[in-house]
This record gives sequence, C-alpha cells and structure tokens, in this order.
Amino acid sequence: MLNKKIVIVGATSAMTEHCARLWVAESPIDLVLLGRDLAKTERVAQDLRVRNPQSTIAVDTTDFLDPQCIRAWANQVVAVGMPDIVLIAHGTLPDQLACQQDLALCQDALLVNGVSPTLFAEAFAGHMQQADRGTLAIIGSVAGDRGRKSNYVYGAAKGLVTRYTQGLQHRLAGTNVKVVLIKPGPTNTPMTAQLKEQGAKLADVSGVAKAIVDGIARGTPVVYAPGKWALIMMVIRHLPSFVFNKMDI
Amino acid sequence: MGAVKVESWGRLAEPDHQLRFLSTCNGDLPVFESSRLGLAYGNGRSYGDVCVNPGGGLWMTAGLNRFISFDESTGIIACEAGVLLRDIQRLMIPRGWMLPVTPGTQLVTVGGAIANDVHGKNHHRVGSFGDHVYEIFLQRTDGETIVCGPTLKQNWFSATVGGLGLTGVILQASLQLRRVAGPWLDAETLPYQNLDKFFALADGSEEGWEHTVSWVDCISGGGGRGIFIRGNHAEHHGKFEPERKKLSVPFVPPVSLINHLSVRPFNSSYYHLQSAKAGRTVAHYEKFFYPLDNILNWNRVYGPRGFYQYQSVVPREAGLDSVKSMLREIAKSGDGSFLAVLKTFGNRQPVGMLSFPQPGVTLALDFPNRGERTLKLFERLDAIVREAGGRIYPAKDARMPRDLFESGYPRLGEFMNYRDPGISSALSRRLIGN
Repeated sequence: MLNKKIVIVGATSAMTEHCARLWVAESPIDLVLLGRDLAKTERVAQDLRVRNPQSTIAVDTTDFLDPQCIRAWANQVVAVGMPDIVLIAHGTLPDQLACQQDLALCQDALLVNGVSPTLFAEAFAGHMQQADRGTLAIIGSVAGDRGRKSNYVYGAAKGLVTRYTQGLQHRLAGTNVKVVLIKPGPTNTPMTAQLKEQGAKLADVSGVAKAIVDGIARGTPVVYAPGKWALIMMVIRHLPSFVFNKMDI
Repeated sequence: MGAVKVESWGRLAEPDHQLRFLSTCNGDLPVFESSRLGLAYGNGRSYGDVCVNPGGGLWMTAGLNRFISFDESTGIIACEAGVLLRDIQRLMIPRGWMLPVTPGTQLVTVGGAIANDVHGKNHHRVGSFGDHVYEIFLQRTDGETIVCGPTLKQNWFSATVGGLGLTGVILQASLQLRRVAGPWLDAETLPYQNLDKFFALADGSEEGWEHTVSWVDCISGGGGRGIFIRGNHAEHHGKFEPERKKLSVPFVPPVSLINHLSVRPFNSSYYHLQSAKAGRTVAHYEKFFYPLDNILNWNRVYGPRGFYQYQSVVPREAGLDSVKSMLREIAKSGDGSFLAVLKTFGNRQPVGMLSFPQPGVTLALDFPNRGERTLKLFERLDAIVREAGGRIYPAKDARMPRDLFESGYPRLGEFMNYRDPGISSALSRRLIGN
C-alpha cells in the first residue's frame, strides 16, 4: 500500500510540527514541508526523520505572497502525487497597535494571515476537486469569529479565511473532498511568545495538535481546538454590542 | 514590565522573572531588559532554587524539543536540550534502545539532566547521566558556541556536566543509548528490618542486579526498616496494562496533607503492604522507574508553603552510622514524609566538577516546609553530613549553608573558571555569591 501523502504549508509552525509528529507516530507517510525559512524547515524535517525513519520527508520553500509561485508550487507537488491531506497553517501574530500606526505592517499582517492562506487553498482546491478526494485543512483562529480592539487586524485576516473556507465547503459539498477549518484558541507556541512573556497561560500545543489531527481524520467542517472554545466563542459572537463594547478584551 | 511568576518543584517561593522562549538552536540568546542576568529553565523539576533566578531572566527551553539524528549502528542520539527524557524513552524503547541513566522522573529535559548530572537506580553499574553524554553544544552569553565532550574540550565538558546551568545555556546534546530487549524488568521486592540488613542487601545485589533502590521508613528511627527493590532488564514480556488515566492533585490544599497525623500510619501500612507483596514480579519500566509520574502535580500535596527535599551522600565508611543518626534525628523531629529513599552509589568518580554522586550511600527525603523548625532539623542533619565528609545534592537544595557546599565540592575553585558571567541563579547567589 502507498504511504499517505501529506502536504504542510507553514511547516515551521509549532502547531503543524506537532501535527506532523502525531502523523509520523501513526505510520510511515510521505510528507512535503513548505516553509519560509529553509534551514528551520529542514530542522523540523530532521526531527520527523528520527521519529519515523520509514517516512519520506521533503522540504521546500517558495514566495508565500506571490500568486504565480504559489500556483506553480502546488502544481509541482500535485504532479508528483495527489496529496491525501493538505494542511495550510502559516501565519504571524501582529502587534495590533503597531498595525494601527503603520499601514505597511497592517498590510503585511493582512496578506500573510488572510490572503496568502486562501491562495494556497485555492491552488490545491481545483486539483482535489478534479481528483474527487482528499482533505484540505486550513488554520483559522477564534480571533476570526468576532473583531475586538486588541487584535482586530489579525482577526480580520482570519475572518477572511473563515468566510473563504465557508464558500469552498459550499463549492465542494457535492464532492468527496473535505474542507476543514480549524480555529485554535491562544496556544503555547513561539508565535505567542509575547503573550507568554506577559504571563498568559496558553493551551498546550500537543493537545491542540491532537484536536487538529482528529478533526482532519473525521473531516469535521469546523474544529475548535481545544474544544471549549466552541462554547466560549458562541457566547462572544452573540453578545450584544452594548455589552461587548464595554469589555476590555 | 512582563514579570512572570515561576516556581521550582518544591514550591517554596514564587519569584518574578522575565521570560524569553527559545525555539531555535542557532543564533545568540535573547537578552533581558535592563541587562538582567539569565538562566536556562527546562521542565521545572528541580526541587530547590537551582532553576530559578528571582528578579532576573529565564530562557525557557521547552520549545527546543526536536530530535536531530539517531545512528542505529552506534546508538547515539542527538537532540535539542528541551527534549524530555520521556520522549526519548517512548520513541526508542520500541526500537530496542533506551537511556542508560534516568532519575526517578522522566519528565525532565536533557539539558536539565546534564546540568544536574542526574543519577538513577543503576549508578553502581553505569554511573550518572553525564557518563553517557557524547557531545554538548553550549551557548555562552557573549555569543560564543562551545562544543565539548569527553574527548573534546574536556574541561568545558567537566564543568558543564553537573554545572547547574552556570557555564552557559545547553542548546543541544548527543547521548549514548544502550540496547534493551523491551520495556520489561524482572523486579524483586524485599523487606528489610534494619540498616545492617539494607547494606547487606545492597552489597549482595551489586553483582547480580542492575537497578537497586530502597524505601526507608523515616519514622522508625535509627533502626531503619524499609523495602528494598531491585531489577534487571528482561528479555521476556510482562502483561501489558492499558494506560491508566493519570491521577492529579487538582489544587493546592490549604495545609500540607503530609503531616505528623498522616506520615506514621502511612509509613507503617506501606511497609506492611509492601512486605506482604514481597517477591518477584515483571514490571513495566514506567512503573518501575517513574512511579510518581502518573500523578500530575503531586508536589501540591505539601500545601501552600511547599516542601524541601534533603538529599545527601556520605562515604561508605561513615555510612551506617551517619544514616542511623540522620534517621534518628528525623524520627525525633516527627517531621519527615512518605518519600524517603536510601541507595548505595558505586565506587566511581563522576564526570562533572560539581557532580553530586560519590562513592557511598545516599539518603533522600521530602519535608513539608514548617519554617524555622524544618530548617533547624536540616542544621542537625548538616552536622552529620559534614562530620562524615559527605555532601548535599544542589539539584534538590534550597538552603544548604555555603561552607557545606564548599567542603562538599572541592573542585568549586576550578569550576569558577568556566562560569558564564551573564548567568546567575538563586542557588549561585546563595552558594557562590553571584
């Protein structure tokens, strides 16, 4: 039997790194890791090779904001073999106040967290639709559920991902392709180092990765990780503005 | 700005720190505000103050959790310093390899195991953790990276193994694993009625048994009855038990649950229960080596004031008398706890300049923090250790007097040449002065 083929975009994120560890612990897989920093991505690959020497792990890099590069890279990956799972996970946590001051920063944050992931998803969606199989998973965020003053630039970008995924789920509803939107809560990763330096207690990344891997296996349309965020965000989404606007969050 | 409370395993204090989270092994260490000094912090399992730096900075190494390489022909594994011993064991034992030395918990990082040169139940056979370290990548705060090992920059290696994190930040290391047939051990439990019998058992087991340890009833006084446990790695299989749900101490009780009301009946019933179960069994390694790892946050049972661990080693000549005197003092005080471990060390010199193990017998006990009276008891124990020419384990310590540290670690002067001036800990300020 052929190994399962999994593609991870944004493979140096701690969240996907832990997903990959869970996948290679299950069985040998063919993994393609795409990262912005080749040396860092290679370090992730080395770790996975030690964890499962029977897996094949390829490492690649491309321009994450150039639509042509994204298209060409996706085509090249698919030409080698149709992926069973594509996990799109890259992102940065911008400084909200800095984004308000500096529109260039604001633009970068919107592009990296919102536009770029959807371009990657779009580049694979057509291939998967044609093959009529596979799971396309995208990391959104609870921050995309409702804009709030401390984090709305990031929230807006993740909101874009949410709405995009909704549309893609609608488009592929009649096919065997599953589209999974993952909404992690604040998680203990290098991306949230600034929150941790302030003493925030964040969800353990290995638990969040487990929820992601399980959600992808089941093909659940929307996965909150950890699961408690489904309830919290339902409340947050439904708070009337006159209450919400008084909250310091 | 950004002060975060971080405690050590003993929970004696909750000092403020500035935190920096390491996630890659290349490049300089991140700096702290107002040029504060820093210290590497792994999984926080050190009991005392070796892993904290009140008012200063901590480099958190949990994110350095990647393996780098494993050579199936030699058994050498390279990994980042924040990898937990548990992760190595769980990955490698099914492949026929394991760590030669692990302490009583596998929830410690590789960096912490090196910096404290931890030991296990098989010290008489294979020495301590540092004896199996092949290479260390040490990041100095001045930007220099030093690669050292048993045959490479030996002085740096010898200073860093057991160096309490004070020679630099260990970023990655290569370790020699050993072959093992599987996760099972042939174990034997033997009650002993007094310390003479303990020493007879320990000596008699050195040849035929790789792992030896004992639980001693610290309430029984100078007599020192206890339970001796020994084990060997087994070729055959035991009964696979489904992984049990972890127990947890969900909150800190308002007072220590370990107190004079509970210790006596517990120790007595534990002794009799274990005596009744005496004999041979086949045990899974996690149960044999790390019995407490299955109880999350067990350190909370000692209540809001936390607890001390007092671990000493005294040379063999003085061993019997010293251990007897210590147990007598502890029984007299009525303090003490359930967790009392007595073990003989092998006759070998450790790798590190400040490594704890030395030939002799080691006694380790937890004590709920009762303030002045607990510290007074420690002073009486110190006197016995000092008299016997022994020393105290810095990885567990939060209070030993400076003179005992200096007399216990005669290579301290030599060690000072390798200290990193950008690093400081509560322990280094207490025992070295900066």
